[in-house]
Amino acid sequence: MPGHIVPKKLYILVFAALIVLTGLTTGVAFINLGKWNTVAALAIAVCKASLVVLFFMHLRWGSNLLRIVVVSSLLWLAILIGLTLSDVFTRDWTPVPSNWEAQIQQDVR
Amino acid sequence: MHSSNTALAEQFDDLEQQHEASSLGMWVFLATEIMFFGGLFTAYIIFRNLYLPAFEAGSRLLDVRIGAFNTAVLLCSSLTMALAVRAAQLGKKGALITFLLLTLLLGLTFVGVKLTLEWRHDYLEGLAPGVNWTFDGPDSHHLELFFCFYFFMTSVHALHMVIGVGVLTVLTIMAWRGKFSPQRCNAVEMSGLYWHFVDIIWIFLFPLLYLIGGRY
Repeated sequence: MPGHIVPKKLYILVFAALIVLTGLTTGVAFINLGKWNTVAALAIAVCKASLVVLFFMHLRWGSNLLRIVVVSSLLWLAILIGLTLSDVFTRDWTPVPSNWEAQIQQDVR
Repeated sequence: MHSSNTALAEQFDDLEQQHEASSLGMWVFLATEIMFFGGLFTAYIIFRNLYLPAFEAGSRLLDVRIGAFNTAVLLCSSLTMALAVRAAQLGKKGALITFLLLTLLLGLTFVGVKLTLEWRHDYLEGLAPGVNWTFDGPDSHHLELFFCFYFFMTSVHALHMVIGVGVLTVLTIMAWRGKFSPQRCNAVEMSGLYWHFVDIIWIFLFPLLYLIGGRY
């Protein structure tokens, strides 16, 4: 029989953890932690997603090939987000050289 | 010759290999889905940082109780889906049909709540960009952008839910006709992977849209 059969009890335990984490993330949003609100919300979301992937989606019992697919998809996602943000949020770190401005003025004329 | 075993397609050596091939195909598809939603999440992060006050105000205009309720509904549906896969693996036909129908029902509840309590409410409040936008407070245009993201991301997610409901309907009919057995239940398991994936997208959408604006 292919595929791993998971005990019912484990599924219910994971489900309970997911519900508790949902309550926690909702509760934390009502407390002012400044920047840490976002960090906490995302950290809890990552925990919940990991529980779903490992247990509900059976990756804990999956082959290494499947793990490579999952990890590489997350790597590509990190490239997508990381490189895009490193462009957008660093655009005004370096000033435009003043002679460029002069050049543009000249071109306009 | 494998002719005696109809559960095994002829291109595979054994059931183990067939199962591995199905799983790999499904996970690769889900990887493309991650990139699809990843683009939306990236755009959301950028514009949230550009227009932070408007996006935080937008978050506070959403009803966090409905969001949390729907999160719980979706988590329940993931549990029933996981139990449906387990029932299929064990060859329990009755339990399989029950859990598939429960999952279907919970999925419809999620979409129903979204449609009637949230989207309809936002529309009537004049918070639907391009259709009915009457908000004239400060930062109206940037708030409109938040609601564009909100409607697009939640509706693309809901579209995935509707497709999932369609898949579940087909699975229920197949289960009813006795098409599944412990040797032949890859379709149930792979649909389960898809359903759990849609759940994961919501696990990220809920905090990003409803929570991180600060509710205090």
